[in-house]
Amino acid sequence: MIDFTLNGEAVSLDVPPEMPLLWALRESAGLTGTKFSCGIGNCGACTVHLDGAAVRSCSVPVANVAGRAVITIEGLADGEALHPLQQAWIDHQVPQCGYCQPGMLMAISALLERRPDVTDEQVTESITNICRCGTYERIRSAVQSVVQKTDEDLDEENGNV
Amino acid sequence: MSDELTPPSASTPPTEPSPEPITPFGKISTGAGKRSRLRKWTRRAFIGAGAAAGGGLVLGVGGIVFSPNRLSYVPDGAEGEGHLTTWIRITPNNHTTVLVPHCEMGQGALTGLGMLLVEELDADWNLCTIEEAPAEDIYANGYILHAFLGEVGVSIPGFMGRAFDFGSFKMAQFAGLQVTGGSTSTRGTGVFGLRLAGATAREMLLEAGAEQFGVSKAELVARDSRVHHEPSGQSATFGELVGRASELDLPSSPRLKSRDEYRLVGTSQDRADIPGKVVGEAGYGMDVVRPDMAYAAIMRAPVPGGQLAQVDPSPAEAMNGVEQVVQLDDAVAVVAKSYWHAQQALDALEPQFTDAGLGHVDTATIRGWHAAALDEEPLAEPTQGGQVVTAEYCVPYLSHATMEPMAATAQLADGRLDVWCGTQDPLSTRGVAAAVAGLERDAVYIHNQQLGGGFGRRLPGTYDYVEQAVAVAKATAPRPVKLVWSREEDMRHGYYRPFVMGRFQGVVDEPGRIHRWASRFTGRATDGLEADPPYGIKDKDIAVVTSPAHLRTGEWRSVAASQHGFFAESFADELAHAAGRDPFEFRRELLSDAPRHRAVLERAADMARWASALPDGRARGIAIFESFGSIVANVCEVGVENGRILVYRVDSAVDCGLVVNPQQALAQIHGSVIFGLSAALFHEITVKEGAVENRNFPDFNMVRLAQAPRVNVSFIESDAPVGGLGEPGVPPVAPAVANALFAVTGQRLRDLPLHLA
Repeated sequence: MIDFTLNGEAVSLDVPPEMPLLWALRESAGLTGTKFSCGIGNCGACTVHLDGAAVRSCSVPVANVAGRAVITIEGLADGEALHPLQQAWIDHQVPQCGYCQPGMLMAISALLERRPDVTDEQVTESITNICRCGTYERIRSAVQSVVQKTDEDLDEENGNV
Repeated sequence: MSDELTPPSASTPPTEPSPEPITPFGKISTGAGKRSRLRKWTRRAFIGAGAAAGGGLVLGVGGIVFSPNRLSYVPDGAEGEGHLTTWIRITPNNHTTVLVPHCEMGQGALTGLGMLLVEELDADWNLCTIEEAPAEDIYANGYILHAFLGEVGVSIPGFMGRAFDFGSFKMAQFAGLQVTGGSTSTRGTGVFGLRLAGATAREMLLEAGAEQFGVSKAELVARDSRVHHEPSGQSATFGELVGRASELDLPSSPRLKSRDEYRLVGTSQDRADIPGKVVGEAGYGMDVVRPDMAYAAIMRAPVPGGQLAQVDPSPAEAMNGVEQVVQLDDAVAVVAKSYWHAQQALDALEPQFTDAGLGHVDTATIRGWHAAALDEEPLAEPTQGGQVVTAEYCVPYLSHATMEPMAATAQLADGRLDVWCGTQDPLSTRGVAAAVAGLERDAVYIHNQQLGGGFGRRLPGTYDYVEQAVAVAKATAPRPVKLVWSREEDMRHGYYRPFVMGRFQGVVDEPGRIHRWASRFTGRATDGLEADPPYGIKDKDIAVVTSPAHLRTGEWRSVAASQHGFFAESFADELAHAAGRDPFEFRRELLSDAPRHRAVLERAADMARWASALPDGRARGIAIFESFGSIVANVCEVGVENGRILVYRVDSAVDCGLVVNPQQALAQIHGSVIFGLSAALFHEITVKEGAVENRNFPDFNMVRLAQAPRVNVSFIESDAPVGGLGEPGVPPVAPAVANALFAVTGQRLRDLPLHLA
């Protein structure tokens, strides 16, 4: 049994320790929002947060997450309130087929969490997830809107407005 | 102009009316075998209406079929040989549901098609739901697509030609299609089907309103799901009128709006599928879960045509979680309690496959076949004076590489087969699945899921993943089984964009006139229309040369235009440089008799400020190409750093006639640029010892965020027929990049992907 925290809830999965986290999430925990695409950690479709860091779950043995905290796309929103990136993805109508977008959102949200002052150019340079539909133009616009909003919020907090 | 988009047969004189088809929703004859006789066209006959079970109006357009010389509509009702597609439901509480016979794979077809119908209906968009129609004969759209394609003189998309024999024009051959492909959803189903259905329903609602208010129909207007009589201030909802409307005779000629009357079409509307896609709730074929389901992984013979010779199943059978090893003619599958268990066990097997005598073939062999085929058809020596330019181009096999690898879930139990998968044509998938299961089609149920990318990989004729899933389900019956392809299996068993070689010869003079354009290129016998350049050239000699294939081929986003865009627009650039002319000015002058093309070319050049200076080491390239009824011109700004090709910016001008949903139209061009760029810079499926060498994304790389150029798009609306948008943005990408690279480096790269010397 592998015990860890999944989207804030304690879970205990009866899976072989070497099984990739991706398949434990999809087939044992029943959370299919995390996608399988390349299986070798190249494309990023399976990205989840492990203790706040973005990891490619197809390449992480489930044993490695024992006692740690995993967040998937199903847990990115704060209850009913969408994560600002999710809302921006809707506002900017980013997804086409949408298959890569959970991974894209998890990768970018982890980056923003760890580096709150990241610029949209740095996001562009850092994120290597593949989108076959080619939604990059709108990903950039959506990220820019969130990053800018963060700056404004900071300004507001600092009394600079 | 109100009739510029009338159905293709509008010019055919109506014959005598046939009995009025009144078909209640849900009680529609679906017997394909009954639709064997053509009837003469009558407008009254091809739209049917009736009261819905539980109240409300249902309305649809009957099957349109193609006959050798003209279009016919199959009426419903009489002798039961017709059918009715039911596309609209209006309920008494004033909610409208539109059933769209196409699938959603990210292209926004459901939203755009719904908009076309709702525009004509004058319903309130916020009171409408758009749904994907189920895989039933009544929603077959093959009729409409084929009729439309025949009418406008467009070549039949290859996926239709391959799946069906068009030579005999038998209706039954089109009955089984409910396809999304060929960039036809909007310009086919939308323009010729759904708009008409919407207009017809509106007329009937107005008629019902006229009765209720005791006024002339001419005094009424429909707006926002209500019928208004403005002089008296009376109004009623569609829901209040729909009961009576469904009893009325069908209007003989529903009026279609002119484009300047549009209020919904041409405005940006959000897609309904997007919220589910950002929270992980959208259900793809890969995500299907059924009670008591098993999982399967599979490996097929790596060489095309190869068979499974033998395999020792014991290493897999000894592994934890494995249930059984299933041997198919050309593949071995492992069924286990999870996909991971199944794939691990499959990897432990050492299956022996035959190679169909093709184990010696590699990429060089294939290249040699194509060169030899072209050698057989040499181009004649030009007779004109001027500078003669010759060139040979070549493009490789390409994989669709959808983000979602092929997957399907199947269950055979109690004499029925259920299949859950993502397909671009659920109706023909049904037939394929039935054949493998040995069941009648009526016993097969296709549950279509969201598609994690299509691009042509999930079209008729390419349902091998469904066939395999059903074959494995025979072994697991009555339990359901989900078959999942690894990325490696997906990469090795595509239906690839063909390997194609082309040889070109042109004669150009100093002022920049092209006196001769001759080409021979390998491909299918049906290819060629795309190879005809729009430029004013008197002497054109263009022909396809059939050549042997090795890998399976299919329709890859933009199909034959994907290679011909690169060939023709690279060669046009070569002629411009041979004449010492600016590539933009050269093209512009040669398009003096093609005003739409010329306007698109000029727009793209304006957007990019074509003649303005660039930093050292950068240059622009231009290309223009028409495909699927739309014209797209690109200007690409390109540079080279440390031997790597960098694309900084793409300006794209598009004339697709009418833009239905601007924000989605834009998204299609954004995506097409990236799709074309990945092919231009990275993609090449190679063959060694008969098998595909590529395994995964590292050796079939994709443009990622950091390499993605900024893309500026401008649409030119014209009175031209509505063009497609899913594909036409792809062909002019690679040549614009190659032409820019020539301007930067002086190297003319004639093979894709582009590799600098």
